[in-house]
Amino acid sequence: MEYFLQQLINGVTLGSIYGLIAIGYTMVYGIIGMINFAHGDIFMVGSFLSLILIVAFGITASLPIGLLILALIGVLIISMALTSVWGWTVERIAYRPLRGSFRLAPLITAIGASIALQNFVQISQGARNKPLQPLIPGGFTLTEGSDDGFIVQLSYSQILIIVVTTLLMIGFTLLINKTSLGRAQRACEQDRKMASLLGINVDRTISLTFVMGAALAAVAGLLFLLYYGVIDFYIGFLAGVKAFTAAVLGGIGSLPGAMLGGLLIGLIETFWSGYFSVEYKDVAAFSILAIVLIFMPEGLLGKPEVEKV
Amino acid sequence: MSTSQPLLDVRDVVTHYGKIVALRGVDLSVASGEIVTLIGANGAGKSTLMMTICGSPKATSGQVYFDGEEITGLPTHEIMRKSIAQSPEGRRIFPRMSVMENLIMGAETASNADVDGSLQRVFDLFPRLKERQNQRGGTLSGGEQQMLAIARALMSKPRLLLLDEPSLGLAPLIVKQIFDAIRDLNQGDGLTVFLVEQNAYHALKLAHRGYVMVNGKITMSGTGKELLARDDVKAAYLEGGAH
Ligand SMILES: Nc1ncnc2c1ncn2[C@@H]1O[C@H](COP(=O)(O)OP(=O)(O)OP(=O)(O)O)[C@@H](O)[C@H]1O
Ligand SMILES: [Mg+2]
Repeated sequence: MEYFLQQLINGVTLGSIYGLIAIGYTMVYGIIGMINFAHGDIFMVGSFLSLILIVAFGITASLPIGLLILALIGVLIISMALTSVWGWTVERIAYRPLRGSFRLAPLITAIGASIALQNFVQISQGARNKPLQPLIPGGFTLTEGSDDGFIVQLSYSQILIIVVTTLLMIGFTLLINKTSLGRAQRACEQDRKMASLLGINVDRTISLTFVMGAALAAVAGLLFLLYYGVIDFYIGFLAGVKAFTAAVLGGIGSLPGAMLGGLLIGLIETFWSGYFSVEYKDVAAFSILAIVLIFMPEGLLGKPEVEKV
Repeated sequence: MSTSQPLLDVRDVVTHYGKIVALRGVDLSVASGEIVTLIGANGAGKSTLMMTICGSPKATSGQVYFDGEEITGLPTHEIMRKSIAQSPEGRRIFPRMSVMENLIMGAETASNADVDGSLQRVFDLFPRLKERQNQRGGTLSGGEQQMLAIARALMSKPRLLLLDEPSLGLAPLIVKQIFDAIRDLNQGDGLTVFLVEQNAYHALKLAHRGYVMVNGKITMSGTGKELLARDDVKAAYLEGGAH
């Protein structure tokens, strides 16, 4: 039971990070009907930017807690801003010039952008692992002294990840459903030409969608760094593919679907490693992708297509 | 009709789709306060003209002026912020938005300070929409969608309303309702209307003036009454329609 509870906590934490990245996939897919294959690397860039900022500001766990929190918020804001610029640039270079050309073209340039980002970070930051001393050590011990002596822990960094993710997802859902920017995005998603006939600047709305996805990926990047304490130029690939799997599982194009899918993939991966084998955890996640694509390509919360046209 | 500058002035507009020519030098104008209709056979280029006025597709040559200002090369979203609104061919309701959200979209980028007043006005015109305000656009009936498309266009309080076949596929009673609404908006609110119609008889009766388009060119124009009386118009566009 204790072991199960621990896996659950770990799974929800991991799923939160996947969910944040998955939102970027799903929103971009929703609005331009294409997978942004560079999105995982945008997440990786966000993570590196956070690391660089933390080191540059000299942030360590020895800071007073209030100052530490303020410093991390500062890092987060700067990293979100800079990562957004990367997201915006990818859209301008790899997508916009090819809008209206055949479908495969932007897919290929996105893969190109992904490889370019990886290589850029590899060359400028080096190929080796970048460690970070834990900034938020410690946590709560939930159970102690059960029969087999297993201890369930909920670390402060896990609490931080779950709380930040929950707040962001609530905020984001409100943004999409209640604000005029969110309405404009949904309008462009459903009928781009009509949106422009209503005075919506479609290009700008698409750019903003990439920017918002990148900003969330930057948050995921910082959280990933704080949680695992080590990153390299290649983390974007695996995390990206898993977040993509999450988006497909939830129903690509659906915002709640991305959140649910992220959570599920995080849980599946964690429980698989916990009960079967760590070596095959990626296989488990990708098998899910294959199964979903074959048997329910709409995903769990995919768009209900019942309307007249 | 006033002699001052027209609200909409289309001069020698040519539009291509790739290599295909759809408009071959169209000239027409709509004065402030008028209802003007454009009739013509399928594929004549009527919808293309409506869309070219809105900059999508862009004219290959020629000019479009709105209220004396040239708008030919502007991006669509900038044109549509100039007090022009279109209810386009095929209605193009946002299917996964509620009726209310569709309406709000109509006012989104307009400098319309009185969104509630506009809502009130379109609910007066189409009470059905008020009953259905929380229903998803995609699940409305065809006639309800048409009402919504017109209402959405009105939400920006435009000076010029472009309507592309508002009566398409609708029952006679609804058609009458929609044409009454257009007359009402024109007389009550002073709205200028440029209307494309297959339903030539009703359109010419409603409009102050009309144009006939054949194969991407204007071939006839005149007051609604004049065109209705012409034998060639009757033969081509009114066959069995005059009831
Ligand atoms: N996107 C497009 N690409 C290529 N050709 C097009 C396109 N849209 C319209 N056309 C062609 O341009 C011509 C004019 O079309 P348009 O839609 O303007 O006709 P219309 O007068 O509105 O006809 P209808 O009464 O059937 O709506 C037609 O021959 C049509 O096939
Ligand atoms: Mg047409």
